[in-house]
Amino acid sequence: MEFYLYVALFAPLVGSLFSALFTAKKANKITGYVASFLLFVSFVASGILLYDVWHGGSVHVHLMTWINTGGLYIPFGFIVDNISVTMMMVVTTVSMLVHIYSIGYMDHDEGFNRFFSYLSAFVFSMMILVMSDNFAGLFIGWEGVGLCSWLLIGFWYHKESASWAANEAFIMNRIADVGMLIGIFMIYYTTGSLQYDKVFAALPSASPYVVTLIGSLLFIGAMGKSAQFPLHTWLADAMEGPTPVSALIHAATMVTAGVFLIIRSHALYQMIPNVGEFIASLGAFVAIFAASMALVNRDIKRIVAYSTLSQLGYMFVAAGLGAYWIALFHLVAHAFFKSLLFLGAGNVMHAMDDELDPFKMGGLGKKMKWTLILMVIASMALAGLVPFAGFFSKDPIIEASFVSHHYIIYATIWITAGLTAFYSFRMIGLVFFGEERYKIFGFHPHEAYRFMLLAMAPLGILSIIIGFFRTPFYNFITNILPSTIYEVHPEALAWGMNIATQALVVLFIWYPWQKYAKFKGADKVFEQHFIYKLLFNQYYIPNFYNKCIVVPYTRVSNFFWMSIDLKIVDATVDLIANTLYKTGKKTRYVQDGNLSSMLKWMVFGLVFLLLMAVAYGLAFEYPSKIAEILLNLGVH
Amino acid sequence: MSIGLGHYLILSIILFAIGLVGVMRRKNLLLLFFSTEILLNSVNIGFVAISHFHHDLTGQMFALFIIAVAASEVAVGLGLLIVWYKRQNNINLDQMNSMKG
Repeated sequence: MEFYLYVALFAPLVGSLFSALFTAKKANKITGYVASFLLFVSFVASGILLYDVWHGGSVHVHLMTWINTGGLYIPFGFIVDNISVTMMMVVTTVSMLVHIYSIGYMDHDEGFNRFFSYLSAFVFSMMILVMSDNFAGLFIGWEGVGLCSWLLIGFWYHKESASWAANEAFIMNRIADVGMLIGIFMIYYTTGSLQYDKVFAALPSASPYVVTLIGSLLFIGAMGKSAQFPLHTWLADAMEGPTPVSALIHAATMVTAGVFLIIRSHALYQMIPNVGEFIASLGAFVAIFAASMALVNRDIKRIVAYSTLSQLGYMFVAAGLGAYWIALFHLVAHAFFKSLLFLGAGNVMHAMDDELDPFKMGGLGKKMKWTLILMVIASMALAGLVPFAGFFSKDPIIEASFVSHHYIIYATIWITAGLTAFYSFRMIGLVFFGEERYKIFGFHPHEAYRFMLLAMAPLGILSIIIGFFRTPFYNFITNILPSTIYEVHPEALAWGMNIATQALVVLFIWYPWQKYAKFKGADKVFEQHFIYKLLFNQYYIPNFYNKCIVVPYTRVSNFFWMSIDLKIVDATVDLIANTLYKTGKKTRYVQDGNLSSMLKWMVFGLVFLLLMAVAYGLAFEYPSKIAEILLNLGVH
Repeated sequence: MSIGLGHYLILSIILFAIGLVGVMRRKNLLLLFFSTEILLNSVNIGFVAISHFHHDLTGQMFALFIIAVAASEVAVGLGLLIVWYKRQNNINLDQMNSMKG
């Protein structure tokens, strides 16, 4: 099984390096085919590992020693257990399909080869992140996906906004990574190891304050990667990248790394339920906060991005309350339907020449029947309608919060379920139904290539059926994770709650449907309303960050640059260099190649040395007399 | 007035000064060689005189060495001079600046 582990891990790396060979060349389809094929190989290897783990196996390999110095020993070790194999399947499935889709999507792009190189490198980093058997390896993967995310958000780097968004994402993640890194240091300081098994065995004997601190610091790292408040602004701006990137990185895999970290460290978080409650509260807040911003947004990709943020909030609610298996199940289901939603948005963008404003679309359903069907499936899965994936993965989170008596969280995420349905079907209504407003703007929409739709189809099927695998998944994953079942009692209440949620969802599907499918034009009065403006400007948080952090920081940096760096540090260095340079310039006439002038210099040198010799000779001969003469001159 | 060590040394210094000025001022390569010969021989006079007055033969031996070295040096130098003259048709020092630095 070790062989399959290495194949699953390194196939994406090979694909990335292969594509990297062609980066300076013209777009060549072969890079796309090879990278996709290697992803397929990785997918098959992960499948074989899943089969093995399903039957009770588990693979733990030690590739090589990385750091071995003093008491510090960190190997490159990889583990395939129930948690990591689940993540591997999600990562390889989604990335394989996104790779295939990208062959069509990036068709006309000059950076086609570069794109596949980055995308496969991302998958490799993500595999390291989920497969590592220690926190150091996890951190390498963590930084690797951050780097690839930066490269891919800023893929169209000649666009000012894209490189700005890439930097924003990277810097926000760095801020959070500091927290995580300190957490890892604390773990090593407390337990003397970074291996998961040793750490979780040693932590119960550590002081509870230290454990709380470690848990909080690791969660700060998770907040950055999973874009939780207040580090959430980067995720919406990250939509500047190509849409397949948004589907793979900013919906299905990288942003869920924070949730994965909590699930992986569940032994740690079980010891500190108070931190868990904070995580759950923050998750519930982010869920409704992000959903509210998605309600009024006028950019289809940003709507989906806020929806991702909101669903990540749900996962953190589940993880914070200790329902790790529900969190992981929602992570899996969400990866499928959300990447499908993004790829659908990509089709729409392609059809509309990269136009993102749904108010300029409308009626696209006639031209793009299959995209419409897939997007509706994804939206219904997202909204949590029976029997789509969301019903089986999201509703248990709502129930879990109810069962564990966190009624405020319960109410918040119950309302959010309604908002989720609202913004999803507002988008569907605006984009695919009603008047064909795009005709005014002169667009000629067309359906995407057939193989792109075929790449999306498996995600659509998974979005429908994945919910039915909840019980087998539960039996499988609870070998490792705590097996608490959150069931509402009595049964009548459970039925009532389910029906109430379904009714809410249906209501919030019906309302935007009848409103936006017959959309005539923006409601001017409504748009002047304070709440609309607040939501449309994302609670003014980006403005606030800009005014209170970016601008003062720029000023301070400018001050240090202009007056300290340039006038002190640089000036000192320049002075030394200039002095040497000028001395050289002045004295180069000594060696002008003319024999007689060189001879003259030689004679001067000789005379000078002779005089020096005489002076020293006198000084040694008559020291007392010289001192007397100097004294008379007033020199001591 | 008998001739003492001082006279020889003064002669040596005068000759050395003449040679030095020659080395500095002359523009002709052949005369430059003459000047170096004067320099070397002024030093020889000094060596021999001091050796004689101190009853120590080392100085005279040294002078012999210098004569031998000077002879071979002039031989090499004159050889170069002839080649140079054949190539450039003059032996002006100011035009010998092809060896920059």
